[in-house]
Amino acid sequence: MKRRKFLQQTITGVLLPSFMGGISLKALAGSPLVHSLQQRMNDDRVLVLIQLAGGNDGLNTVVPVDQYSAYLAARTNIALPEEKLLKLNGYDATALHPAMPEMQQLFNEGKLGIVQAVSYPKPNFSHFRATDIWMTAADSDKIINTGWAGRFLNDVYKGFPEDYPNTSMPDPLAIQVGSVVSSALQGPAFTMGLAISNPSSFYNLIEGKVNVDSNTRWGAQLDYIELVSRKTDQYAGVIKAAAMKVTQQSAKYPAAGKNPLADQLKIVGRLIGGGLTTKVYMVNTGSFDTHAKQTETDTSTGTHAKLLQRVSEAIGAFMDDLQLLQVQNKVMGMTFSEFGRRIKSNASGGTDHGAAAPVFYFGHSIQPGIIGTNPVIPASATVNDNLPMQTDFRSVYSSVLNNWFGLDAAAVQQVLGEQYATLPIL
Amino acid sequence: MAGQIFAGDFHMGHLDNGRRVNIYFTYKLEAGRYFAGIEPDQYSVQYMELPTVSSNLKKYKGKWGRDEVKHLLKRTMFGAPKADIDFFTSRSLRSTIKLLIETTDAVPSLPVNNYNDDKYTDEEILPGDTWITATKLSGMNSGRRRNSFKSWWIGLMLNQQRSVLEKMVLFWHNHFATETNTVDNPTMCYKHNVLLRQYAMGNFKEMVRAVTLDPAMLKYLNGNANTKKAPDENYGRELQELFTIGKGPGSHYTEADVKSAARVLTGFRIENKILPDVHGVFDAGRHDETDKQFSSFYNNTLIGGRKAKEGEGELDDLLAMLFAQEELSKFICRKLYRFFVYYQIDDTTEKNIIEPLAKTFRKNNYEIKPVLKQLFSSRHFFDMANRGALIKSPVDFTVGLCREFNVKFPGTNDYVNLYGLWNNIQNAAAQMQQNIGDPPNVAGWPAYYQEPQFDKIWINSDTLPKRNQFTDRMLNNGFARNDKKISIDPYLFAQSLQNPGDPDALVSESVQLLYAIDLPDQEKKYMKEGILLSGLQGMMSDHYWTDAWNKMTTRPDDNANKKDVTNKLKNLYRYLMNLPQYQLS
Repeated sequence: MKRRKFLQQTITGVLLPSFMGGISLKALAGSPLVHSLQQRMNDDRVLVLIQLAGGNDGLNTVVPVDQYSAYLAARTNIALPEEKLLKLNGYDATALHPAMPEMQQLFNEGKLGIVQAVSYPKPNFSHFRATDIWMTAADSDKIINTGWAGRFLNDVYKGFPEDYPNTSMPDPLAIQVGSVVSSALQGPAFTMGLAISNPSSFYNLIEGKVNVDSNTRWGAQLDYIELVSRKTDQYAGVIKAAAMKVTQQSAKYPAAGKNPLADQLKIVGRLIGGGLTTKVYMVNTGSFDTHAKQTETDTSTGTHAKLLQRVSEAIGAFMDDLQLLQVQNKVMGMTFSEFGRRIKSNASGGTDHGAAAPVFYFGHSIQPGIIGTNPVIPASATVNDNLPMQTDFRSVYSSVLNNWFGLDAAAVQQVLGEQYATLPIL
Repeated sequence: MAGQIFAGDFHMGHLDNGRRVNIYFTYKLEAGRYFAGIEPDQYSVQYMELPTVSSNLKKYKGKWGRDEVKHLLKRTMFGAPKADIDFFTSRSLRSTIKLLIETTDAVPSLPVNNYNDDKYTDEEILPGDTWITATKLSGMNSGRRRNSFKSWWIGLMLNQQRSVLEKMVLFWHNHFATETNTVDNPTMCYKHNVLLRQYAMGNFKEMVRAVTLDPAMLKYLNGNANTKKAPDENYGRELQELFTIGKGPGSHYTEADVKSAARVLTGFRIENKILPDVHGVFDAGRHDETDKQFSSFYNNTLIGGRKAKEGEGELDDLLAMLFAQEELSKFICRKLYRFFVYYQIDDTTEKNIIEPLAKTFRKNNYEIKPVLKQLFSSRHFFDMANRGALIKSPVDFTVGLCREFNVKFPGTNDYVNLYGLWNNIQNAAAQMQQNIGDPPNVAGWPAYYQEPQFDKIWINSDTLPKRNQFTDRMLNNGFARNDKKISIDPYLFAQSLQNPGDPDALVSESVQLLYAIDLPDQEKKYMKEGILLSGLQGMMSDHYWTDAWNKMTTRPDDNANKKDVTNKLKNLYRYLMNLPQYQLS
């Protein structure tokens, strides 16, 4: 039996989910009962990372209502109509894009929080480089070859992959729904993640289907190799077994193919619900690279609205699913994007690559609210103006590692290289 | 365990040529589709209603483009490197086939002493000199030289000319299978290989005669011990069962025929066993001079016993008798067909392909080239139904990868590292169950003959991960010997393509080069967006890849960009090589 670092931590009250069975656990914090409960909960805690690929326009996602006139001035062609913005309880100065009613509801129910203006010093404006920085948690001017979540998993699960799967960790450490395992999951020598290449391959696995034209000579050969491949994959069995345990999922998920992010999260929900003990899931959706025509004439509609609608719908359905599957307390999720976009919109009705942007975090046991303040929009923003950073993205990671997974400060520092302030997200 | 995937009925039955009894089980999965398994780790998918491919041996007159060249090269060479596809696409099918068949290596290099180490120094053969002239054989140098031999052979495959020769050498090695472990004499192993090269594209009848007198074969199948006092039937049996007549539907020779053939073959033995000029001789004193009677299958042929030196002539009588059987030509053509086209020979294929091809073989007095020429020029060979229908053998897989990705090896003057790295490739193929020089037995590798799975045997729960590990490894650290390393340079490979800065073109051309069959556009789009564009979608985002690609030239010192582009290319090629499609030829 391997000792896991996050089992060894001492626990403080603030980390606990607010309520369980009607009893405030905060009230019990420090008691031996809660201590052991916390250990158990820590052990089966799951993190779901949602990558918004392309650089999400944060300013049209979380709108600083208190500066609406400056906002309107900077974005005459794409500013969202004030009356359509979705209000957040207790935070009159801030509102969400009209396409995000599910996330508004989650916020108002205390299951979703926002970290304002997340970035890092000397932000990079290249998609690929900025993505790499977020994945590796590197400084802007440093190249790191491992991913932040990969280093975390490598520290906790010593001897991976040689000694795995084993009885204490029979499941994949991390699962990527996507063609390639994200560099965030790259460990020092091996990737710590397993890719489920796309939703249809997942359902083919579950249903035992092969997906080629088997009525041909080459197709028959492929079928065979596919079968051996599944049999060979040491994790195919546990994934299938977990999936088979779940027979019903939330009705809030849209029909398959309508919302790719929802399709991915539905798989994640099914695997968590089926008891897979995988620690980290990574999903992604895009493309948020809205250089041109990000809205229609009605600025609350159009490309960006559609993208956010999918995110909101998917997260809403996923959260509902977690509750239905009775695993809501062991899951937290967060969104991230490689950068935000420029304050001032461009003449094509879009926005160019920018810097800081909000991060959403969600879960049934998070501490809700808004961390940080509305970004300040200059009275007359120029094309070069960017939103300044309020929170280093590594502070978010640090909080997740420390407060969600229970790593102590030294262990967190080992993963992130430096110490970053933790945030009250849990 | 098999039962975890399937459930069904068990059957027991004789499969294939009567040599083995296998227990197998079939499962009806869906209408018309059956799965059969042999051993827990081996599954075979039998599609009982796979459509018959009825195209014939008439000259192919269809499209001659990159896909056709690629198909021809993947089958007749080890992999189809872009440069070779370019070369032949500008030529006609006719001239391509001519080049592939007529080009034979001038004189291959000779295997050298690469093997001095802290435990052994060859006192006779200097480092870097060939050991085929060696006169001293010992327990210390035998294994080392045999390893050198195998490395050398892999080197010939890796550096093959634009010719079917190397594939044919492997074909004949599998056909006239011998094992270096049993022969246990590196000079004999080397000479056996030279013999296969000499006759690979020549006359089959002459080849069988030469193999009969080949020292390695005399040792391996005990011809050396076959004397009138104690006839050894081993070679006499395999000569008929595996080398000439086979066990196909038209083969009816008898056990008595095996005994008679063995007696004809008495007297051949190895001369100068450990010297460089080791060869087979006819030793009249050991020859059975009595008459040899054969069965009705051979038209009751009587091979009259001949005296003294004349006894050797009985071999020619025997060959004449064997080669009078039409079944012989069909047997060889079936084997060629399975090696180069597709494993399953149904009635239609037997009638449309095997019979006329065998006729060509006989009509040309068992010259091999006309047969290959007819097969490779045929409508049937280029039939879409047969493309991608073979599973790559381990040697094809490993050597083909090195050739298609243009993996650079050290020069011949750095023979220690060169042979070491060749050995890494040879060993990788061996791990995947194809150890050249040492097939499992005299029947060769089961993938070339074992009903009903054939080439599916190459893929099981042990070998498939090894294939994936090999491709992953070649993309990452590769193999290293001292200061030398072989690995795939994904950037160089991408650079060799037409338009690598266009992410669609990069994916499409990579797929076209590496796969025998195309992928659906949706899959390609998925790879482009998921891998090259970090999740960005739509045509509008393509320029991000283009910019990053171009920056490799304009800003070569931008390490962040270099890492990004290299990682994306690695991910792309890893993904491509991990898909089942990469296993097909």
